[in-house]
Amino acid sequence: MDIPAGRRAAIVAGLRTPFARSGSVLRDVPAVALARHAARELLYRAELAGHEVDQVIWGQVVPSVLVPNVAREVSLLPQFPKTIPAYSLNRACASSCQAVADAHDQIVQGFADVVLAGGVESLSDVPILHSRGMTRILMDASKAKTLGQRLATFGRVRPKDLIPVAPAIAEPSTGQSMGQSAEKMAKENGITQRAQDEVALRSHHRAAAATASGVLTAEIAPWFGGKGMDEPVTSDNLIRADTSIEALTALKPVFDRRYGTVTAGNSSPLTDGAAAVLVMADEKARALGYTPLAYVKAYAVAAVDPGWQLLQGPVFAVPKVLERAGLTWKDLGLVEIHEAFAAQVLSNIQAWGSKAWADRLGLKGPVGDVNWDITNVSGGSIAIGHPFGATGARLVTQLANEMTRRDVQFGLLSICAQGGMGMAMILERT
Amino acid sequence: MPVFRIEREGDVALLVLDVPGAPVNTLNKEARAEFETLLPQLANDFTVKAVVLISGKAENFIAGADIEEFTKLRTADEAAALSRNGQELIQRIEDFPKPVVAAIHGACLGGGCELAMACTWRIATDHPKTVIGLPETMLGILPGAGGTVRMPRLIGLRAALDIILAGKSERAAKAFKLGLVDELVHPAILRQTAIAAARRLAEASRGAAAHGRPQGDERDLAKGARGARPSALRPVRPSGLLAAILDRTKFGRGIVARMARKQVLKKTLGNYPAQPRAIDVILTGLNHGPAAGYAAEHIAFGELAVTDVSRKLVGLFFADTALKKDDPANGAAAIPVKRLGILGAGFMGASIAGTAVTQAEVEARMKDADLKAVGRGIKSATGIVDGRLTRRRITRSEAERLRALISGSDRYVGFHSCELVIEAVFEDLEVKRQVLKEVEEATGPKTIFATNTSTIPISQIGANATRPGQVIGMHFFSPVDKMPLLEVIPTDRSTPETIATAVAFGRRMGKKVVVVKDHPGFWVNRILTPYLNEAGRLLSEGTPIDQLDRVLLKTGFPVGPVALLDEVGLVVAQKAGKVMHSAFGARLEPAPLLATMLADQRQGRKNNRGFYTYHAGHKTGVDDSVYDLLGVHPQPRDPKEIEERCLYAMLNEAAMAYAEGVVRSPRDGDMASIFGIGFPPFRGGPLRMIDDLGAANVVQTLERLAAKHGPRFKPAESLVRMAKDGAKYYN
Repeated sequence: MDIPAGRRAAIVAGLRTPFARSGSVLRDVPAVALARHAARELLYRAELAGHEVDQVIWGQVVPSVLVPNVAREVSLLPQFPKTIPAYSLNRACASSCQAVADAHDQIVQGFADVVLAGGVESLSDVPILHSRGMTRILMDASKAKTLGQRLATFGRVRPKDLIPVAPAIAEPSTGQSMGQSAEKMAKENGITQRAQDEVALRSHHRAAAATASGVLTAEIAPWFGGKGMDEPVTSDNLIRADTSIEALTALKPVFDRRYGTVTAGNSSPLTDGAAAVLVMADEKARALGYTPLAYVKAYAVAAVDPGWQLLQGPVFAVPKVLERAGLTWKDLGLVEIHEAFAAQVLSNIQAWGSKAWADRLGLKGPVGDVNWDITNVSGGSIAIGHPFGATGARLVTQLANEMTRRDVQFGLLSICAQGGMGMAMILERT
Repeated sequence: MPVFRIEREGDVALLVLDVPGAPVNTLNKEARAEFETLLPQLANDFTVKAVVLISGKAENFIAGADIEEFTKLRTADEAAALSRNGQELIQRIEDFPKPVVAAIHGACLGGGCELAMACTWRIATDHPKTVIGLPETMLGILPGAGGTVRMPRLIGLRAALDIILAGKSERAAKAFKLGLVDELVHPAILRQTAIAAARRLAEASRGAAAHGRPQGDERDLAKGARGARPSALRPVRPSGLLAAILDRTKFGRGIVARMARKQVLKKTLGNYPAQPRAIDVILTGLNHGPAAGYAAEHIAFGELAVTDVSRKLVGLFFADTALKKDDPANGAAAIPVKRLGILGAGFMGASIAGTAVTQAEVEARMKDADLKAVGRGIKSATGIVDGRLTRRRITRSEAERLRALISGSDRYVGFHSCELVIEAVFEDLEVKRQVLKEVEEATGPKTIFATNTSTIPISQIGANATRPGQVIGMHFFSPVDKMPLLEVIPTDRSTPETIATAVAFGRRMGKKVVVVKDHPGFWVNRILTPYLNEAGRLLSEGTPIDQLDRVLLKTGFPVGPVALLDEVGLVVAQKAGKVMHSAFGARLEPAPLLATMLADQRQGRKNNRGFYTYHAGHKTGVDDSVYDLLGVHPQPRDPKEIEERCLYAMLNEAAMAYAEGVVRSPRDGDMASIFGIGFPPFRGGPLRMIDDLGAANVVQTLERLAAKHGPRFKPAESLVRMAKDGAKYYN
């Protein structure tokens, strides 16, 4: 098949719901409603007619059993014709970055002109499962033909069958939780709690400033909360402008209470939210009268042994994407690093800057040293929150808008993901 | 061209009704004549074992009788004969020696329903277009082809009264539940199911005949069960002790009838004779047997068909049909609206949004100054969707889809791509001018701006418009989801495309659209103002509040004028009154009591304090302290004076407004009055009423009123002229 030459995928606009601590203002909202809200509001922000959209691609890490393909529910919004194909994907915490990458691929190959990409997560809306025993009993009961048979089936229920099973944020392959992995990385890489708390502090202060200045809120579609829908939520509710290094230091480690350094304060919190990005073929965008914010230049994904340092995937993904883009670390004017844990951010940075790692990766020299003046300039996931499926789309939008604001040519985003994966993407302007 | 065609499926004959050149089937003269010749043919054809009656129209079974024929009936005897013919024709189906199956898809109303009820078996499709009912009483008559006899036998007295007295049409699922139809199927298998049922019934009746069993006796009839019915398919009928007593004993039926009479009287105040008459006829049929019932039915039909009430209601039916087809934009094409912008998320804006979404299925994008108001507006608009779900008019998933059409923002987000923006902001010229300016900046070059104002001239709002051709008035009535009228008000500069779009969109919202001139108060508020003013004067003169309302309810208005003031709100009424006063001078000077009421913090229902008292949103009674406030001692007044003063003030104003060209035709003026104010439908509208009374008599009465109560009653010049020439509005 011939791939049409010269097609570029433009980031035209992006929008998200407020990110909210799980169990707070978005507690009663199913994930699908968040996803549809972000998609619909983006459509209106962009003043785009629904029929212009060719495909919908949506990321979600913990889908609801009732809505297994959230993307299709988005594309069945009444603002769209009912004929837009849609699929949902799961690249763990990089899911909606993968959705943008897929949108890019579809556009570059000439399969689509306009793709709505996004992601959602509601950790207030996770499926709680029955135990296997209870599942068996319920299935048998549903097949029972008489009332007597049905009652007899329920007679088999034992107390242990009643204990529900909640999904854990743990690696199926190692049984280790994310936090335990972060703790392990902190220890192996010699990262102190103080250093982690400083990352968290910067994240909160920068996010607070960007909220106050309207930089972040401009990317948020207000959510109408409350029973009467008269309690609008216009900003993220996890950002703490007033936090201090003392307050962060005072927090006790969670995963290793005696010798640990990873606290609730320097980890990203469980979050509800959705984010959407409108990706278009450059010529289509211009024909519709849009000025693209940025273009997808390259992306790369890598994976490491989950039993080793689980969240070091970006260490491999970033040099890979730079190579694909034909760029070096020094060409980057802005960098967005997803903050799952401060320990992970610092581990990633340490590896990128180290000669030993460069040798290990087979590179001529280290990838580069982090410059905090151009990195996570409006804060990161620790402060803003981290709805797994939505973070990638948030980063794409935030990076694209900031590149425009600062007139930067190349920007990088880097995301660590469950399963030892890392994803990186480079956006470019003009 | 023949109306029926016969299609054979082996030993079953399908009788396909397809009235040529008409969108729907009616049982017109040709259809009846052909039916009469076909029936004996099919009866005598020994190769035909059973008959299926089905429609050849895509989405209509039989819409009813040919109403055009009614208008030609001169006397009660002629009408009774028409009814008797219908009864006999349908009796022939019931007496038909072979099973007849009605296969119903689409509307099955009036005569169509009566025909279906005489069939051996009824199968309906579970399609939203399939509705079954007897709407005759809405035209001031009653079912005249056996419907009053068969329906109570089929579904029980209470259910039959419910349908016949309200002229209701039931959706298929409800009809099945009631036992009005025997089976419910998907449209795709209607034909084959009907053929199979016809064969089954033919077999069963042969078997029954061989065993010498009767086809069903009187008791079976009363129960609504007939002859050879496969019992497994029989739907739920009114059963149980209550039904046994109320529907199946003479004593019980007496109770039901008494209750129904009381309810009907309360609703119609004796203005609509068809309903009480229908109760009598139905009871005759149940208590004295079908023959007596049919006799009572055609006599009653004959008498009702020539009443003035029925003539007016039939006229209204035709006026309504004509209004739907009217083209006030002279052929200009309407812009199809997909995205509707709404400014102001208050009660009005939200109601427009909710109605637009449920009726026209457009995207409704609301904008208000602050997000709290937007959220409340979305919630309120969503309530209209939820209401339809509660009433089971839509399914849960349809409701979910409609809800997702409603959204909003505190900025003009999503407005650029709107084809139409309707503003429903505060009723103030400057505010409206400001939003027009903002909308013109925020929207695309083709977006039409409609202003929802009740009194401010559209040309003033649009005076500084940069795209004046795209400015128009759309005056909705509150509550928008229930009030059927929309006044569309073009300015001199509105383009035909703008007019066409406003009219077409109004119709998509389910409104009866009347195009009116950009003149203060337009039509409805123009003629309502002197009526309400007069009611106010009567109150200031000590007329008891409840008497005043009662008299005008008896006149035929759905709400009395005092209750209406409370509903509209005294602030709004005062504001509108002032605008009208300044536009038309002393004649429309407001009654002084509104200021007194407002000074006492009485705003009507809005703050639960008005002429009436309210408790938890419900009107509880007259607030007697109002009399002290107004400094009057309530004294009952001659009801005739009350009616005359209020009604003639309105008639006179209607004559003036018509002469000024506010409406395009007497029909438009009358329709707007009936659907916007609730002017008594059986009086045909104010202009029709003037015709009926005779302009000379109206002038005379007005002169008498003017002499006694003041020059505001001075007859309109146009009326005086008409009186002199003996002219009428309608010819």
